[in-house]
Amino acid sequence: MALSVAIATGLYGLSFGALSVAAGLTLLQTMALSLLLFSGGSQFAFIGVIAGGGSGVSAMSAAALLGIRNGVYGMQVNVLLRPSRWRKLPAAHLTIDESVATATGQTDPDEQRRGFWAAGIGVFVLWNLFTLVGALAGNAMGDPARWGLDGAAVAAFLGLLWPRIRSREPAAIAVVCAVVTLIAVPLVPPGVPILLAAVVAAVLGLSGLGPATEGLEPDVEPYPSSPAGGTR
Amino acid sequence: MSLWGWVLLACAVSIATKFLGFLVPARLLDNPRMLRVAGSLTIGLLAALTATNTFASGQALVVDARVVALVAAAVTLWLRAPFLVVVAVGALAAGLARLLGAA
Repeated sequence: MALSVAIATGLYGLSFGALSVAAGLTLLQTMALSLLLFSGGSQFAFIGVIAGGGSGVSAMSAAALLGIRNGVYGMQVNVLLRPSRWRKLPAAHLTIDESVATATGQTDPDEQRRGFWAAGIGVFVLWNLFTLVGALAGNAMGDPARWGLDGAAVAAFLGLLWPRIRSREPAAIAVVCAVVTLIAVPLVPPGVPILLAAVVAAVLGLSGLGPATEGLEPDVEPYPSSPAGGTR
Repeated sequence: MSLWGWVLLACAVSIATKFLGFLVPARLLDNPRMLRVAGSLTIGLLAALTATNTFASGQALVVDARVVALVAAAVTLWLRAPFLVVVAVGALAAGLARLLGAA
């Protein structure tokens, strides 16, 4: 799955590059976001606010809020991979949805490590490459929505979520969080609905919803038995 | 501050946030309860991201071609297709829906 996740995200970078230029960022600003911020959701939040006429500070805030989950992911990766001191910084930079999802989809520690670095590096290279191509093609391409690339993002997030829904408890958490998010969207600034959903999910997990052996922790399913995302 | 300043500040905050997670002591998460919290956080965040990517347009909720992509992806996942096929079907479905006149 590592390779397919990397390719899918790289292709999604095409629409980020094009949208970012369309939002009024320069090519260099667009590349700075992909190289240094390197978190799809936060990058889209940033250019989304700018495109909607928002200020720089609100764009930065939306990106920062949406990026808090990367701190949570960082804790997970640190526990899972226990990287040496010198690998912490590169590992931190490569800590994104896709690398964490790929690592936590494995049970063997070696496979977790391999999955994390392969997905992280693969996504980084392709994300930046396709950001550049997208930004260069930007105006010629017109509206990236016409190419269905936003549909690809929807499918990718659902594809990452799907293998984790193996019983009633995670399904309930997913549904509750999705509903909370959608209720919050019109009421609070972009990025905040996702944080509210995170708080709800944490509370549900803390309250011990379902038995501990039921596998709410993401790393219990052996890879071969999850055919939905199990080819690599 | 210019747009460049906010771009770079957003980048710095992102890197700091990611690295902060690595500085939290491992034993804080290394017990069943915290692992379960982390697990449900992942599920909750992915569900929230799926929801916003499908229905949110800024602060508005809209039903457009992305819903068609969501349904098509779900059917493809139900059929146990590989991840890449799911993503391709999502893009194709949204593209086709727009060709057929969806927003």
